[in-house]
Amino acid sequence: MEFFQNLLGADAGLAVWTVLKIVAIVGPMMGAVAYLTLAERKVIGYMQIRIGPNRVGPKGLLQPIADGIKLMLKEIVLPAKANKTLFLVGPILSIAPALAAWAVVPFMPKLVLANIDASLLYIMAVTSIGVYGVIVAGWASNSKYAFLGAMRSAAQIVSYEIAMGFALVGVLMLSGSLNLVEIVNQQGQGLAGGSVFSWNWLPLFPMFLVYLISGVAETNRAPFDVAEGESEIVAGFHVEYSGMAFAVFFLAEYANMILIASMTALMFLGGWLSPLPASVPVLGESGFHWLAIKAAFILFCFLWFRATFPRYRYDQIMRLGWKVFIPVTLVWLVVVGFWMMSPYTLWK
Amino acid sequence: METIRNFFKTFLLVELVKGLALTGRHFFQRKITVQFPEEKTPQSPRFRGLHAQRRYPNGEERCIACKLCEAVCPAMAITIESEQRDDGTRRTSRYEIDLTKCIFCGFCEESCPVDSIVETHILEYHGEKRGDLYYTKQMLLAVGDQYEAEIAKNRELDAKYR
Repeated sequence: MEFFQNLLGADAGLAVWTVLKIVAIVGPMMGAVAYLTLAERKVIGYMQIRIGPNRVGPKGLLQPIADGIKLMLKEIVLPAKANKTLFLVGPILSIAPALAAWAVVPFMPKLVLANIDASLLYIMAVTSIGVYGVIVAGWASNSKYAFLGAMRSAAQIVSYEIAMGFALVGVLMLSGSLNLVEIVNQQGQGLAGGSVFSWNWLPLFPMFLVYLISGVAETNRAPFDVAEGESEIVAGFHVEYSGMAFAVFFLAEYANMILIASMTALMFLGGWLSPLPASVPVLGESGFHWLAIKAAFILFCFLWFRATFPRYRYDQIMRLGWKVFIPVTLVWLVVVGFWMMSPYTLWK
Repeated sequence: METIRNFFKTFLLVELVKGLALTGRHFFQRKITVQFPEEKTPQSPRFRGLHAQRRYPNGEERCIACKLCEAVCPAMAITIESEQRDDGTRRTSRYEIDLTKCIFCGFCEESCPVDSIVETHILEYHGEKRGDLYYTKQMLLAVGDQYEAEIAKNRELDAKYR
């Protein structure tokens, strides 16, 4: 940082340094997104006893690059009666929050772009903005299917955000902090300190499940993909999008998946903490690799769900969100509250 | 009791876990994909692919322009015009199959009294323009000349079932 500040002056140097840090996060993120699409096709293929893409490059490893080039070379069709400004703002509105949220995600105790105290709140706030991209896109397309998809996704995301928020209140109660770094560090303490059983997933097991399932709903993934619902409303909110504009929605969806997976890993699965005792070489150490492994496992579950479950009917989605998840999290909040105050508390 | 059991079944996600276990098992199963250009599935001698017109061993074309195939073709993909040749036999002056219309039902092959029009085992062919799949008599005869050995072998293998 000081190198740039000496070179360009205090303010410009800081800006350049920050941009470099952002690039260092967004670049690998985009790579991960690209290969997540390949992983999705491979995993779902394997679960359907197929082998998935294997023609482009060795074992199909260059497939995402071929897809990317194809999408970039394609024409972006603007529907004649669409609202042109909003039509182009839609994809931007949906990818910007998906990337902005990464500003506060810690990869290791010291490795975080902005270690702010309200990082959890920031994540909740920023990811909520993502729904505007979907609504704006659906509205601006001037197509009934796009509009239906946008309406569905709006109601769905708003409903599941509440359950998600309540699940995170549980995490807050245990860690007593909104700072993600502290939330992870707290999971390494307590009676079972340093092992798998001290992480939040065990005492908050119902909330862990609620958070994971709400996360699937929040990212509009199967079985909650009524916003897309290709068998009912063609492709939902992005039915009129083509080329790179469509690709941006695609990127946003997968970036959100990776974000939700990392958040689940951080808040419930102990983030970068190692489940093995420190005596084991390499794997025993805490570090970024453990966060990556845990996030990758959650992402695999996302794909697994998609290969397994049929799409929910719309009223069933609403019932699950409002009449199951919210009561369950509320009850468990009370249970955890009593647990913490009782003599049997694990958190002192 | 039933209610309680259902309650626990629902909240422990028993059925969802069962579904996940099923797909999880499939994940490790041997894959059944046939990687097409390198691997091929076995073909019956009755396979109905690209059409061909055959000749007798002396080089004379078999077709006698009886137009049975034209009449039986449900997709009306066959067009035949006939005329008298110098030696007094009836022959086709035009015999064309529009492969974009053809539904590969094999009726033409069945109706043919002289085994002239046949469907071969060839399934990998393509046209780059629409007209490319409009097969004329010369093209059909050329296919027949090229694959006569296979065609004859497949006929023989299937003969006892006809």
